[in-house]
Amino acid sequence: MGAQAFVRSETIPAMPPPAREHGLAGWLREHLFSGPLNIALTLLSVLFLWWLVPTLLNFLIFDATWTGDDRAACIVTAERPRVGACWPFVFERINFFIYGFYPANERWRVDTFFVLLAIGIVWLLASWAPGKRAAALYFFVVLPVLSVMLLLGFAPLRLSYVPTSLWGGILVTVVVSAVGIVFSLPLGVILALGRRSSMPAVRLFSIVFIEFVRGVPLITVLFMASVMLPLFVPEEWSPDKLLRALIGVALFAAAYMAEVVRAGLQAIPRGQYEGAQALGLSYWQMMGLIILPQALRITIPNIVNSNIALFKDTTLVFIVGIFDFLRTIEAARIDPKWATPVTSTTGYAFAAIFYFLCCWMMSRYAKSVERRLATGHRR
Amino acid sequence: MAQAAPPRTSPFNDPRWRSIAFQLLLCAVIVWLAYSAITNAAENLARARIASGFDFWNSTAGFDISQHLIPYTTQSTYGRAFWVGLLNTLLVSFLGIIFATIIGFVIGILQLSRNVLVAKLAAGYVEVVRNLPLLLQLLFWYNAVLKALPVLRDSISIPGGMFLNNRGLFLPKPVFSPGFEAVPIAFVIGLLGAVAFRVWARRRQARTGQQAPVFIVALLLIFGLPLAALALTGFPVSFDFPEMGRFNIRGGIEILPEFAALLFGLSIYTAAFIAEVVRAGVQAVSHGQTEAAYSLGLRPGPTLRLIVIPQAMRVIVPPLTNQYLNLTKNSSLAVAIGYPDLVQIFTGTVLNQTGQAVEVVAVTMAVYLTISLVTSGLMNLYNRRISLVER
Repeated sequence: MGAQAFVRSETIPAMPPPAREHGLAGWLREHLFSGPLNIALTLLSVLFLWWLVPTLLNFLIFDATWTGDDRAACIVTAERPRVGACWPFVFERINFFIYGFYPANERWRVDTFFVLLAIGIVWLLASWAPGKRAAALYFFVVLPVLSVMLLLGFAPLRLSYVPTSLWGGILVTVVVSAVGIVFSLPLGVILALGRRSSMPAVRLFSIVFIEFVRGVPLITVLFMASVMLPLFVPEEWSPDKLLRALIGVALFAAAYMAEVVRAGLQAIPRGQYEGAQALGLSYWQMMGLIILPQALRITIPNIVNSNIALFKDTTLVFIVGIFDFLRTIEAARIDPKWATPVTSTTGYAFAAIFYFLCCWMMSRYAKSVERRLATGHRR
Repeated sequence: MAQAAPPRTSPFNDPRWRSIAFQLLLCAVIVWLAYSAITNAAENLARARIASGFDFWNSTAGFDISQHLIPYTTQSTYGRAFWVGLLNTLLVSFLGIIFATIIGFVIGILQLSRNVLVAKLAAGYVEVVRNLPLLLQLLFWYNAVLKALPVLRDSISIPGGMFLNNRGLFLPKPVFSPGFEAVPIAFVIGLLGAVAFRVWARRRQARTGQQAPVFIVALLLIFGLPLAALALTGFPVSFDFPEMGRFNIRGGIEILPEFAALLFGLSIYTAAFIAEVVRAGVQAVSHGQTEAAYSLGLRPGPTLRLIVIPQAMRVIVPPLTNQYLNLTKNSSLAVAIGYPDLVQIFTGTVLNQTGQAVEVVAVTMAVYLTISLVTSGLMNLYNRRISLVER
C-alpha cells in the first residue's frame, strides 16, 4: 500500500455564493439592473410610480374633503390651494346611489334582497357550503320569485307596489346582472346543447341565434329590446322599460354563455358520452347526470369571467334610459349644489372603486377555482 | 339462419320520429312567433301612423353632424347621414385597432419582463383597466379630463402651432401645392423596393448563407425616398396654422374631444385585453423551443424573431381577432359621449326623427354583423395560412 499523504474524508463546506449574485444585491442586479435597457426601464417605472402614487393618494385621501354641506367645502380657496376628492358629495348622495328613487320607508326591502342574494351567492359558490343541489334550486328558482315579490310588491304580504321606474342605482345594477346571470346560464346550456345537437333544425337555429347576437354590439340589442320589442307584442302586453332591458341583457348574455358552455362540452372526452350510451341512459339522463356536471365544473372559471364581462356591460342600460349605478353618478355629478371642478372626478372615482372591487373579487374567485381544479394535472 | 325482424317500436319511442316531430314543433313555434311579431308590428305601426319601408332613406335629414369625412350639410339625406356615421365608426375603429395593438403588445411583453418592477406595473395596468367598465372609462376621459381642459380663451398653446382646449385639439393643416404628387409616388416605389430587397435577401441567404441588413435598407427606402422627393421638388407643402379668434379658432384641423376620448378609451381598454392575449401566446411557446434555438447558436434577438414569435402568433391571432371585433362593436358606446358614429347618428337621431325603429335597428345590426363576419372571415384565412400543418 502506497503511503498517501492526505486523503480528505469529508467534503469541503460549501462557500457562500459571491455577494453580487446572491441575496438582496444579487436579486436587485438580476431583476432590476441587468443591462442598459433594464436600468432605463427600472428608472422610468420608478419615476412613473413617483408621480402616480402621491397624485392618487393626495387626491383620494390627503387633499380630499371629508366633511361639508355643499360645494363651498370643495372649492379652491386661498387657504386651500389644492383640493382633492369631494367625499361629502358621495356621502350625501349615497342613498341615491344605492336605491335610486326607491321610496325611503320601503328601502328595507332592497336591503333584504341584497342579503338574500348574498346568501345565495355564498351558498352556491363557497366550497365549504353543503347541499349544492338545494343551493341551485334556491338561486335559480326560489330567489327570483322572492325578489320579484320583495322588490316589485306583493299585496297578500302587504308589500306595496313599487314601479320599476323608481328603482335605481346599485339596486338596478345588481338586478340587471343577477337576471343576466340567472337566465343566461340555463339558456346558454340549452343553446350549447342545441348547437351540438344531431337535429339539423335545432342546430341551425342555435348557430344563427348565437352568431347573430355575438356579431352585434350590446347597445343595438338593447335598442332592439327597447324600441322594437314593444312593436312585436300586442299593445296591452307592452313590457315596462326595465323588463325590456332585462330581456335584451339576458338574451345577449345567453349567446356568450352558450359558447363558454360549448367549450366545456367539447373538453369532455368522447368515452364519457359512449360510456353513458352503453349504460342505456337517455339523452337527457346522459347530459344531466354524466356530461353537464363534468363540463360545467371545468367551465366555472370561464363562467365567472363571462359574468364579470356581463357585470361591466350592465352599465350600457344607461344608454336606453335606465337609472343604473353609473347613471345615478352622472345625474348627481351635474347637481349645481355640488358643482365644483372635482365633483365629476370624485363621482367617477367612487364608481371605479365599486366596479373594481366587484370585478376583482369575481376574478379572484375564478382564479381560486382554477387552482382547485388544476390540482389533478399539476406536476 | 333467418335474419331476426327488427323489433317493432311505436313511433312514439322511435328516436327518428321523435327528432322529426321535435324539429317540426320548433319550426312551427318560430314561424308562429315571427308571424305574430310581424302582424303585431304592422298593427302597432299603423296605429301610431308610422310609415314602413326605406322611403326615408332619400329624404332630407335636416340635422348637422359635427364630424364628417364626406361632404355633408343639413340639406343632405338620411342615406348620406348613414354613410357619414359608418365612416366615423370605421375611422375610430381603425385607429383604435392600431393604437390598441401597439400598446397591447408593449404591455403584454413588459408583463413577461424579468424586471419585476416593470412586470408588476404592466400587470397592474391590465388588472385595473380590465376590471372597470368601458363606459365608465369613456365618461371619465370625456367629462373629467377633456371637458375639464381650459376654455377657448385660455387655450393651452403647444409648440408647433397647436392649441388644446375643451373644444378639442387644433392642429396645423398641411396644404399641398402642385409637385407634391412626387412624394406619395416615391413612397410607393420605396415600399415596393423594400419588399423586393427583402425577397432578394431571403433568396440569397438561402443560397449562400450571407445575410443582408434588410431592416436598415428598408427603412432608408421607405422613408428616405419620400424625403428625397420632398427636397428635390422644393418642399411643395405649407401649413395652415389654426388662428385664435375671439369666439372660435379658424383654420387648421380640429380633433373633437368626443373623438379623442373615444379613441383614447377604446385603445386603452382593448390594449389591456390584447396584453393578456399576447402574454398567454408567448407563454404558450414551450421554453424548450428557446433553449433549442440557443443551443443552435441563435442570439436572443433572432430567437425571438424566428422561433418564438411565429409560434406565438398561432396562439395569438384567433383571440386577437376577437378583440378587434370587440373594439369595433364597443365603438358604439360613442353614443354616450356624443361622438357621431353609426349608432349615435342612426339609432339615435334618425330613429328619433323618423320613428322607423324596425328598419333603422335592422340596418344598424346588419352593418355590425357584416363587419364581424367579414373580419372573422379574413382572419380565418390568415389563420389557416400560419397554422401548423400537421401530417
